[in-house]
Amino acid sequence: LDYQHVQVPFEITLWIMLASLAKIGFHLYNKLPSVVPESCLLIFVGLIMGGIIYGLNDRSPPVMDSDIFFLYLLPPIVLDAGYFMPSRPFFENIGTILLYAVVGTIWNVFGIGFSLYGICQVKAFRLQDVSLLHNLLFGSLIAAVDPVAVLAVFEEIHVNEKLHILVFGESLLNDAVTVVLYKLFRSFCEMPTIKSVDVFAGVGKFFVVGLGGVVVGLSFGFTAAFTTRFTKDIRVIEPLFVFLYSYLSYLTAEMFHLSGIVAIISCAMGMKRYVEANISLKSHTTVKYFMKMWSSVSDTLIFIFLGVSTIGENHEWNWPYICFTVIFCLIWRALGVLVLTFFVNRFHVNTITSKDQFIIAYGGLRGAICFSLVFLLPDFHRKKLFIAATTVVILFTVFVQGMTIRPLVDLLAVKRKRESAPTVGEQIHIRFLDHLLAGIEDISGHWGQYYWKDKLEYFNSKYLQKILLREYDQPKSSIVLLYEKLERKHAIELAQAGQLGHGPAHPSFLSSDRTVITDQKLEDTPSHDVLDNMQEILARNLYRIRRTGPAYNRHTLPGDSEPTERAKEILLLRHKSL
Amino acid sequence: TSEQIEHLHRRFKQLSHDQLTIRKENFDSIPDLEFNPIRGKIVRAFFDKRNLRQESDGLADEINFEDFLTIMSYFRPIEMNMDEEQLDRFRKEKLKFLFHMYDSDHDGKITLQEYRNVVEELLSGNPHLEKESARSIADGAMMEAASICVGKMGPDQVYEGITFEDFLKMWQGIDIETKMHVRFLNVDTIAHCY
Repeated sequence: LDYQHVQVPFEITLWIMLASLAKIGFHLYNKLPSVVPESCLLIFVGLIMGGIIYGLNDRSPPVMDSDIFFLYLLPPIVLDAGYFMPSRPFFENIGTILLYAVVGTIWNVFGIGFSLYGICQVKAFRLQDVSLLHNLLFGSLIAAVDPVAVLAVFEEIHVNEKLHILVFGESLLNDAVTVVLYKLFRSFCEMPTIKSVDVFAGVGKFFVVGLGGVVVGLSFGFTAAFTTRFTKDIRVIEPLFVFLYSYLSYLTAEMFHLSGIVAIISCAMGMKRYVEANISLKSHTTVKYFMKMWSSVSDTLIFIFLGVSTIGENHEWNWPYICFTVIFCLIWRALGVLVLTFFVNRFHVNTITSKDQFIIAYGGLRGAICFSLVFLLPDFHRKKLFIAATTVVILFTVFVQGMTIRPLVDLLAVKRKRESAPTVGEQIHIRFLDHLLAGIEDISGHWGQYYWKDKLEYFNSKYLQKILLREYDQPKSSIVLLYEKLERKHAIELAQAGQLGHGPAHPSFLSSDRTVITDQKLEDTPSHDVLDNMQEILARNLYRIRRTGPAYNRHTLPGDSEPTERAKEILLLRHKSL
Repeated sequence: TSEQIEHLHRRFKQLSHDQLTIRKENFDSIPDLEFNPIRGKIVRAFFDKRNLRQESDGLADEINFEDFLTIMSYFRPIEMNMDEEQLDRFRKEKLKFLFHMYDSDHDGKITLQEYRNVVEELLSGNPHLEKESARSIADGAMMEAASICVGKMGPDQVYEGITFEDFLKMWQGIDIETKMHVRFLNVDTIAHCY
């Protein structure tokens, strides 16, 4: 037996195998995932595994190494989130998201830190030696909402798009703040005296970290787009570039102590548009599938390790401190959301209702990032207390809040995602409205949201597309893309119904199956059945969907249907060759 | 508010070169508007008598400041304390403005030709798109509109055009009252035109 030789890869593979088998197991029981979110079940499995290992070896099971988490497990999830982020709602709400992420996190950190310090002053709890600085440090790592946990829970409850993007965007962007505050307080812990200069340096550092992350991400993103311009002859490695450049952006940002999450998100969002235009259909599918697969594996592993690491001797159970931590987390988050929303609603027409506010406050789940950060703390004698408190908070938020959020969403009748198929007409109207508002803004001399958007589009079409796109002579607007997609589906549907011997000769929606089309008359004999079917087919995806709603779901890619898939591929190829 | 009116008045004076009325040519002097693909329609909307709440049809030749304000008022943001009925009226007003922009021959219906016109203008920014594709896109969209508004039609039925009620139905999914507004909060950023 040469176990030593293969030990490390063998164990890693076994863990991943266990995680995937657990996932299969859950989905076998149909009722279970609807009541209990998957993350809870995975933590539970982890707890069992940890218990078994503890029982067998009689020592603490392997704790998730922070390096492994930050370098290997977190990037795929963030990349997946950033790549499939619907950019239109994101940028429409960017002000609100930034406000929640930055100001909200700072509010939470200081609130939790100070109130816990107040608790420590009470003599009865025997916590005198936990200084203010330590409490603030703890506050900085526990206050941040975790994108992994939020994604895991929110994708199963389909709330309306705006709410989803608010919570989700906030959880992604608050990383910059967390990184700065955590590092700041940690360095303060080691310094003998703290001058006000240091505090200002900290504030300045925040801007550097955030903006630096964006800059790094965008530069890698554009380099990736540029590289894919030349990959026409070696299609096979195209997907690789997407992943390599994103990962590099993350690592580079981490190297410079900038925010890696912000970098990888800006990289993904920046390169998405150009890369998708440059790479082939198959590469596109490959990128999508691989991203989903990796993020799925990471996600599962994180939760299992969370469960495993809970068991063991790493904890010091000081119940008053722990309970107060949980309570303060909830209170401060609720207060923060209330106050910030009050400000937001004064400036925005599109108000955030109180139901939405409740969900935002309640959806502030903590997860694995807090856990890893607490393990990275320098070893001081109260570290185990913090570890215990973090564990309890995470378990509480994931189990209690995660499980109850779905019935609460139903109970409060929160506005749900609008389930409707994308139509060309809608796209046209939205585009029309965009131009109209930009025009009105020009006329009234007001530099508003649409003005900047227009300007950006102009810049994009004039400069960026020339450099980054391979076939510059065919930039296609989203209306045209959507229309082509629908028309392809129509052709396929007709072929399946046996009405087409071959694909239509030229991209004309109507001439293939209509005998007459005059200006005023529309004949409808095959087509209203086809229209009904088309609505069905529109739910299935073939190629470049420009969805008006969030498209990510950890378990399935948008649109999977086995039997028609192959037929579609064949027809698509045939159609393309015409 | 009075601040906003003052700002608009200043802007009006700029555009009209200190005269009392504006004509269509004055709009040409706005630099950024040139790149807008539907600027023809936007400028026409300012002179459209239906939007100016006048009884007649057709286009006015020139508008004064009061008319300018009337048009701008279509883009008011909604206020916090509006009730359902007011919101509904507001929404209808804005949609009517849009409808007039689509319906260029003032007959109260958007015909296939007018719709094609709209799509062609929208996509006119892209020089490489053939007219044929734009036309078929418009046809497809028209068919969708037909299916939303009328449902299943018999083989002999003729779909005349999109009336205002149908137009309302089509826009149901999009919250027009929150999207169609321009915020005049920032009085300082006045773009200059030469």
